[in-house]
Amino acid sequence: MTTTGWLIVGFPLFGSIVIGLLFNRLGGRAAGLVGTAAIAASFVCAIITFFSLEGRGHEHRQVVTSLWDYANTVGVDAQVSILIDPLSIFMALVVTGVSMLIHLYSVAYMASDRGYARFFAYLNFFVFSMLLLVMAGNFLLLIVGWAFVGAASYLLISFWYRRTTATQAGIKAFVVNVVGDIGLVLGTYFIFFKGSHTLDYLGTFDKAHQIAGGNLTAGCILLLVGAFAKSAQVPLHTWLPDAMEGPTPVSALIHAATMVTAGVYLIARMWPLFEQAPAAADVGAIVGCVTLLVAATTALAQTDLKRVIAYSTMSQIGYMIMGVSVGAYAAGLFHLMTHAFFKALLFMAAGSVIAAMAGEQNLDRMGGFRRAMPFTFACFVIGGLALAGIPPFSGFWSKDEIISLIGERGGWHWILFTAAYIGSFLTAVYTWRMIFRAFWGDPVPEAVELEGGHLHHAEVHTNPATGEEEDTEVGFPGPDHHIAEREGSMKIAMGALAVLATIGGFLQLPFGIVDAVDRFLEPTFAGSKYYDSLDPSDGFTLLGLGIGAVLGIAGIALAYRIWVQKPGTAERVRARFGAAYALFKNKWWFDELIDATVVRPFAAFGRFGQATFERVFVNGTLVGGTTGIVRVGSAAVRAIQSGFLRAYAALMLLALAGLALYFLIQAS
Amino acid sequence: MSIAWFLVVSAMVFSIGAGGVLTRRNPLVVLLCLELMLNAANLALLAFSRMWGNGDGQVFAIVVIVVAACEVCIGLGVVVAMFRRRLPVDVDEMTELSG
Repeated sequence: MTTTGWLIVGFPLFGSIVIGLLFNRLGGRAAGLVGTAAIAASFVCAIITFFSLEGRGHEHRQVVTSLWDYANTVGVDAQVSILIDPLSIFMALVVTGVSMLIHLYSVAYMASDRGYARFFAYLNFFVFSMLLLVMAGNFLLLIVGWAFVGAASYLLISFWYRRTTATQAGIKAFVVNVVGDIGLVLGTYFIFFKGSHTLDYLGTFDKAHQIAGGNLTAGCILLLVGAFAKSAQVPLHTWLPDAMEGPTPVSALIHAATMVTAGVYLIARMWPLFEQAPAAADVGAIVGCVTLLVAATTALAQTDLKRVIAYSTMSQIGYMIMGVSVGAYAAGLFHLMTHAFFKALLFMAAGSVIAAMAGEQNLDRMGGFRRAMPFTFACFVIGGLALAGIPPFSGFWSKDEIISLIGERGGWHWILFTAAYIGSFLTAVYTWRMIFRAFWGDPVPEAVELEGGHLHHAEVHTNPATGEEEDTEVGFPGPDHHIAEREGSMKIAMGALAVLATIGGFLQLPFGIVDAVDRFLEPTFAGSKYYDSLDPSDGFTLLGLGIGAVLGIAGIALAYRIWVQKPGTAERVRARFGAAYALFKNKWWFDELIDATVVRPFAAFGRFGQATFERVFVNGTLVGGTTGIVRVGSAAVRAIQSGFLRAYAALMLLALAGLALYFLIQAS
Repeated sequence: MSIAWFLVVSAMVFSIGAGGVLTRRNPLVVLLCLELMLNAANLALLAFSRMWGNGDGQVFAIVVIVVAACEVCIGLGVVVAMFRRRLPVDVDEMTELSG
C-alpha cells in the first residue's frame, strides 16, 4: 500500500520528465498520450490504495510512510513522508480521475498547438504538484507541493507566452499565490514554534490542545490566508478570472481538479487545529459566504464565457470553504468532488464552443449553437443543471447538504444559511443566462457554417481580449480548432464527466439512504466535535432540499424569461439598476481597490526608495565610494607604468641599491 | 694582491654599464651595457672565489655566462625583428607598457 501510495505521486512526475526530455522525439499526439497514460497509471494506483485502505480496520487507516529523512537537526525533523488516509486518498482519486479525463480531452483539443509536448509536460507537473500537496504527510512537504502548484499554474496560465495578456495574468496569479504561500509558511511557523514542535501532521494534531489559544488562532488565520489565495476567496481572488487567459483545458484543471480545491483540502486536513480555534474557523466561513455572493453577482454581468464559469467556480468554492469551516467536512468534500465533475464538464463544453467560434469567447457574439453542436449542448446542459442544483443532478445533493448542515449549527449561521440560498438562486440565473445566450436565439454565422458541415476558421488570428493580431507559431494558439463533435477523445472525456455529473451525487443521499462519502472519510475525522453530531432532522433536510430545488428551477425560469422569452428585458433591467450593474460589471472594483491600496502604495514606496536610498546612499556612497577609492589608487599606480624602458631600469637599480644599502647597514 | 682592487674594478665596470643602460637610447648599446653589468658581476664572483679558495664562485660565473648568452640571443632577436618591421630603433619610442 505504501508503494502504490508513492506511485500515485511518482507517475505524473515521471510523465512530466519523460515528455520534457523527449519533447522532440514525441511526434504527433504521442506526448498527449504519454501524459494521459501517466495520469491513468496514477489513477489506477489510487484505486488500488483505496481498496487496500478499505481492507484495514478503522483505527489503522492512517498510514505515514517516509522515503528518507530530509533534515534532522536543531529539533526539526523534516522527513519526505506521505500520509495515506481516507482524506488524502479521496483527494487523490478526484485529482487523478478528473485530471486523466482533462488530459484525454487536451490530446485532441491542443492538437494543432505548436507547444503540444510542452503543454503536456506542464500539465503532468501540475498534477504531480497537486498530488504532492494532498498526499504530504507533514507541513514541509505540504509547503513544497503548495509552491509547486503556484509555479505550475504560472507556467500554464502564461502558456501562450507571446500573448501579453496571458503573461500578465500568469504573473498576477503567481504573485497572489506567493502572498498565500507566505501565509502558509508563517502559519506553520506559529503552529510549529509556539506549540507542536513537530512538522508531522499527526503529531501536531495530537498536540493541538497544548498550543496557546492566541497563537493557534493566529496560526490558523495565516493558514487561511494561504487557503484563500489558492482557492480564490475574497480579497485574494482577482487572479482567478484572469487565469482564463490560459488554454481551456488548463482552466478546467485549475478549477476542477487541482489548485482551487487546495484551500478546501487544507482546512479539512487541519480540522483538529480549526476546531481548537473557532474564531479562525468563523473567519473562514464568513469569507466563504462573502465570496460566494460577490462571485455570483459578478457572474451575472460578465460577457466572457470562460469568465462566467470562473466566477461560478469562485462561488462554489465559497460553499466548500464555508462547509469545511463550520464542520460540515464530508459535505464540503463531497461538493468538491461533484463540483470537479460538473465544472470540468462545463469548461470542456465551453472549450468546444470557443473552438467553434475560432477562439472568440464573448457571449455577445454567440448564439444558436443548439443544433450545430448537439453533443456539446447536451454536456453543457447537464453541467448547467448540476451547477444550478436541480435534482437529481450531483450538485443538488452536495450543495444542499452543506447548506442544511450550516443551518443545523444555528445562531448567526442562519445568516450564512440565507446567503447560501440567495447564492444558489443567483447560480441558476447566471449559469442559464450563459446557456441561453450561447445556445438559444438566432444562430450566429459560425453556427450556421457549422450546421453546413464546415468548422469556422478565422482569417486573421487575434487575441480575443484585445483584438491584437497574432500568428500561429509557438507561443500563440495553433491554427486549427477542435470541437467535441469531431474528436473521439474529447467526446469520451466529456461523456464520462457528463455521466459522473449526473449520477455522482448518488454516492451520498440524504436521510442516511446512502452515505458512502461520509462513511469512507470517517477515520480521518475521528474525534471531531461536528462530524457526527451535525445531523439535521429529516424534516429540516427535506425543507432544505425543497427550497434548493425550487430556487434552482425558479432561477432557470427567470433566466429563460429574460433571455429567451422576452429578449430586451436584460437591457431594461440594466437601465433600471444602473448602479448595481456597474458594480457587478466591474467585478465590485476589487482590481481597482487592490491597485489603489496595495499596488500603488508599494510602487510609490519603491520609487521613493529608489530616489532616496538607492540613488543617494547605495549608488552615491557605497558604490561611488568604492569606485572612488579604486580610481584614486589605480591612478597612483598607473603613473609608475610610464612605458619608458629606462625609467623602469632606473627604478630597478634604485630599488636594488636601496636593498643593498639596507642589508649593509643591518650587517654593520 | 688585495681583493679590494678586484672589487673596485668590478664596481666601476658595473657603474659604467648601469649608466649606459640608463642613458643610451639605442637598444643595441643598451644590450652591450647590460653585458658590461653582467661581466662586472662575474668579476666580483671570481674575486670572491679566489679569496675563499674554492670553485663555487667560478661555477656561478659560468651559469651567469650561459644566462647572458640566452639574453643576448633574445635581445638581438627583438632588435632584428624591430628592424624588419621598420619600427624606430629607440627604447624611448617603445612605450607600449604604459598603464
